[in-house]
Parts: sequence; structure tokens; C-alpha cells
Amino acid sequence: MSVRRLSPNQPASFAFQPQTLEKAQWWISKFPAARRQSAVIPILWLIQKQEGWVSEPAIRVVAEMLGMPRIRVLEVATFYTMFMLEPVGSVALVQVCGTTPCQLRGSESLMAVCKRKIGPKDHLSADGKFTWQEVECLGACANAPMAAINDYYYEDLTPESFEALLDDFAAGKAPAPGSAAGRQGSAPEGGPLTLSDPALYDGTAAKPLKKIPNAAPKTPAKAEPTA
Amino acid sequence: MVGILEDKDRIFTNLYGLHDFGLEGAKRRGAWNGVREILSQTPEWICDQVKNSGLRGRGGAGFGTGLKWTFMPKQESERPHYLVVNADESEPGTCKDREILRNDPHLLIEGCLIASYAIRAHTCYIYIRGEYVFERERLEAAIRQAYEARLIGKDNIHGWDFDLHVTHGGGAYICGDETALMESLEGKKGQPRLKPPFPAGAGIYGCPTTINNVETIATVGAILRRGAEWFAGFGRPNNTGTKLMAISGHVNRPCVVEETMSIPLRQLLEEHCGGIRGGWGNLKAIIPGGSSVPMITAEMAETALMDFDSLREMRSGLGTAAVIVMDKDADIVKSIARLSYFYKHESCGQCTPCREGTGWMWRVMERMVTGEAEMAEIDMLLDVASQVEGHTICGLGDAAAWPIQGLFRHFRHEVEDRITQYRAGRPHVQGATLVAAE
Repeated sequence: MSVRRLSPNQPASFAFQPQTLEKAQWWISKFPAARRQSAVIPILWLIQKQEGWVSEPAIRVVAEMLGMPRIRVLEVATFYTMFMLEPVGSVALVQVCGTTPCQLRGSESLMAVCKRKIGPKDHLSADGKFTWQEVECLGACANAPMAAINDYYYEDLTPESFEALLDDFAAGKAPAPGSAAGRQGSAPEGGPLTLSDPALYDGTAAKPLKKIPNAAPKTPAKAEPTA
Repeated sequence: MVGILEDKDRIFTNLYGLHDFGLEGAKRRGAWNGVREILSQTPEWICDQVKNSGLRGRGGAGFGTGLKWTFMPKQESERPHYLVVNADESEPGTCKDREILRNDPHLLIEGCLIASYAIRAHTCYIYIRGEYVFERERLEAAIRQAYEARLIGKDNIHGWDFDLHVTHGGGAYICGDETALMESLEGKKGQPRLKPPFPAGAGIYGCPTTINNVETIATVGAILRRGAEWFAGFGRPNNTGTKLMAISGHVNRPCVVEETMSIPLRQLLEEHCGGIRGGWGNLKAIIPGGSSVPMITAEMAETALMDFDSLREMRSGLGTAAVIVMDKDADIVKSIARLSYFYKHESCGQCTPCREGTGWMWRVMERMVTGEAEMAEIDMLLDVASQVEGHTICGLGDAAAWPIQGLFRHFRHEVEDRITQYRAGRPHVQGATLVAAE
């Protein structure tokens, strides 16, 4: 567990922008009418997308919207670590994965770059443009080390390519997410070693099946064939 | 050819995203083919076929999928049935579901429809981890296509009314536990529930629910199209089928690849990943199934097969088949200490042994890294680990204890050396190889 508290500096109020509200209603519509509470995480997330972080007035608005006690929304906002409880960098929120698979491949050197270029972790940089965090496994371990910058994954980083990436963000560019080493998804470096059979992609697999194997009742299921 | 599995037998044919992820491309690769005929069979027939295929849950626990489906009530009462797909992939080392979600989402959607029919559910939720923003966008686009083509939805062409929704989490590892996932889906903190009641009796909203992993569900369509025997033909008995394996850490070319179950671990690493960095002799230890399972040594890796039984015999586990490789340059004590930090960070705080124990174990592990500890503390640490293990509502307590137990089972002498060195005024420097260990 980690201790997470609301920021001492809170805005006076929160209001949905029309497009955020529309999306929030869409999330609510996914769940049974009596279970509107189910949309709380997606709606807090939308608020974070709109404001950059989740404030106390926003928590109150969400509680009212979903018919929840305020404390329940507060619980959710503090339990889930994706919710930022204070303002983050205006240009980029940099989340470097520090868990073992990334650590083995050098995430510590990425964090050293962050420390040098941005400052101490979990704090706004001096110019207010960046915040960086060490986060737990982001689920891209075959492309380690990696960092999530403003929601998207930048993979196969080296201290040099990571530094260039941060420079790009600082210069107002929007670098394309994905592998910095030019890998195709999670294929091995140098290109896939499998999935090269052209018959997989020529439409053979789309031909209508004559019959489904073992279909009842014409061919009753045979004796246990698992051996 | 590399590995054992041939291209023609692969289920996830767009694993690397070289082709169209959308409906047209997916159909060309065989998705949605024959689904109408499959749904013209009875739900019992589908469950039987999946049972015969030997498919075991791909999320780590390895419970029989067909059997799980039969636990659902046979008749729908006033409480609707639900299928929930667990796409909260957060186990360190595991990155296989991500490839399905972003590159082959239609296999998943098709599987959701078939599985929902088999358990008599008309609604399915896919709970995807919050950080997978791009993957969620892809999945939602694919679902929109399926609705537009009337493959799913009310009055769809398959004749089984079916609604599919995506929802997401907020970055909590614990929500990968099925009961915590249900709490989170209901809009609460992700704290696991006691079982019983089991989800098949009372799951989300108190209704009968089945929860399956992404890979499990995405495999079902191919199994039914090609026959249970086809799937059962791969791997050893009780460990059948094909499986996505994710290899990370100190191999030359980390990757995700689909292989047959029971492939020798060494063959997997040598042929698909270009071997261990610095050659096989440079291998130190392997965590074969995601961070929660105990590590095995290089000698054990020589003979290990990637399946449930072989790895269990080695007192480890297949888990999610996420192989984390550590060579001799790796500081394994530090690696495990980092995992301890992970579990400390991700403990939900509900059960005292886990909430207090994970933090305590992490702090002791940090001292073990430098050797700044007493010899007696090793046994104390193992004692505490065994007190956390098995005394919590969910498996996170076990998962926090096992990596530590695995480390001391095989490399206790290294930690002891570090303590001795420290006390002799020659503390271990992180990253350097111990002279005494060579």
C-alpha cells in the first residue's frame, strides 16, 4: 500500500466540459441503471484527462453524479494509483517502469536521466512542464525498458534515446509511441521468426467450413481424445 | 523453422501487428468463421468440446475452462448471467494479452460471444487495465466494427442477443484477482472478496458470473473451429494446447511468441530469443511464470518443460508463461528485493499479514541486498514469509512470499556471503559480481 492524500491546494470548483460530460454519460450507459457507480473509475479518468489531475471538488461532483457517498469516491481516487492527486507537468507526465523485468534491462539508467533532466520524482519540474514517476510493471516486459508518457508506451529505450524523447516533448513535438529500437511490436529484434507462412493471410482460413468438427448429432463426440 | 509449433497451427496470426487488426483483416485470417454453426450447437456441447480440448485457464491458475463454465446455473433466473474477461494484465513479466488486445481483438470478441452463449450470458464486460490506453482504443474500435456488422448486439446474425462492453481499472495489480476485479468493476476499491460464494453463484452485482483470462477466451473460437483433438494434440497430457509465452530479461532478443505447451524451456530461449546474453553458461536463474512463482536455477532450466506439471515438480509454476531471465551479471537478490517492493506497493491493505508482511519483507530484503543483516534474519525472513503465505484472502500474500522463498532455496549461500562480507568490512557493491560466488 502507499499513502496517498489529496493535495492541500485545491481549486474552488470543478465543472465538466461538454465533451467530457458526454463521454461520462456514455460510460454510465454501459452499466445497469441501478449500478451507475460502476462508472466511477472511467469518469475519474476522464476528469484527469480534462484537468490533468483529480481534485477534491471533482470528487464531490462525481459523487453527486453517480449517487455515491463522497467517501466512496474519495476511496477510489486514493486507492488507484493512476489518479494524480496533485497537478502534474503541463507537457508530459513521464512514468518509468521500474519493476524487475525493466530493472534487469536498465530502467535505473532511465530514471537517472529523469532525475537529471526533470528533478526529484513525484514532483513538478522547476518549469512546471514535467513530472516523472517510477511506476510498477506496465505490462510491456518484452520491450523493456520502457516508459509511459502521457498514456502511450515508449519501448526499448536507452538513456540516449530516452533523453532525445524528453527533448522532443520539451520542444513541443509529439513523438510517435512504440519501440525506439524499431522493433515490430513484441517480435524479436531483427524481425519475426514465425508467422511467415503466406497461407495464413491469403484468405484460405476464411473459406466457409464444411462442418464443425465433432458437431452433434451427426458425429457424436468420441471417447476422450486428450491423451 | 524455429521452435516446435508450425505456422499453420498458430491461433494468434497477427501477434506482431503486421496485418490489419480490424474486422476485414481478422475475417481473412479466419476469425468469425463458423461461429453461426458453433452457436447452433447446445451450450453443453461447447463446454464438452472445451473440456475435451484440455484448455486450462491462461491467467495463471490453470483451472479447466470447460469445467469452470459448467459451474454456471443451467437456467437463467431473474438474475442475469455475466461473462467478465480479465484483461488486467499486471503480473511483472507478462505482456501477452496486450498483443491480443491490440493486434487480434476480433478473436477475443468472437470468443466472448461463444463463451457467453456457453454460460447463457447476454452481457459481457472486458475489464482492461487502465494503463493500456492504446489497447483499449483498439479494442473499442474492433467492438464498434462488430456491432456495425451485427456480429454482436441485439438481434445479431448469430441469433444470441449479446452486449459487449469495455471498462477499465486504475492501475491496481490486485484487480487481476477475480474477486477484486469484480469489486473494482462495481466501482469500489479493489479489495478481494472471500470465497465462497464463488463467482458462478454470486459474482458481479450478486449475479452468476464467469471470469476468464483474455487468452483463454480468445483461444476458444479456434478450438471449436479446428476441433478439440487438434488442440489436445499439442503438449503433454493435462498440459495441452498452444500458449503465448513472453520472454523478458537477459536474453539476446526478448519477445512474445506462441508455442506448444511443454516446449523445453531451453529450446524456447535458444531458438526464439537468440539464447542467453553471453551464452547458456552465463545463465544464473529463471523465473518461469511471472513474478509470483519461485525461481529455478540454470541446471533446472536445462530440463524444464514449459508446462504446469513439469514446473510444479520443480516447486515453481507455469503461471502466465512469462519467462524472466537473469544472467550472471544480474544481482538476483536485488531483483527479488524489487519484486518485494512491488508486492508491498500493490498490497490492497485488507488482510493484516499481507499489508504488514509485504512491507516488512521488503525492508529486510533491501538489507539483504547489501548484506547489512544478521545471519539469523534469514530464517526470520523465511519464517515471516511462511506466515504470510496462505493466510490472506487472495493470493497476493502467497505471491509475495514465493519469490523470496525461491531465492533462499537456491541462493541462500550468496546472501550469507554478502552478510559475511559486510561484517568483515567488505560490503557488497551493487552491480559487481561477488568474488566468493564465483
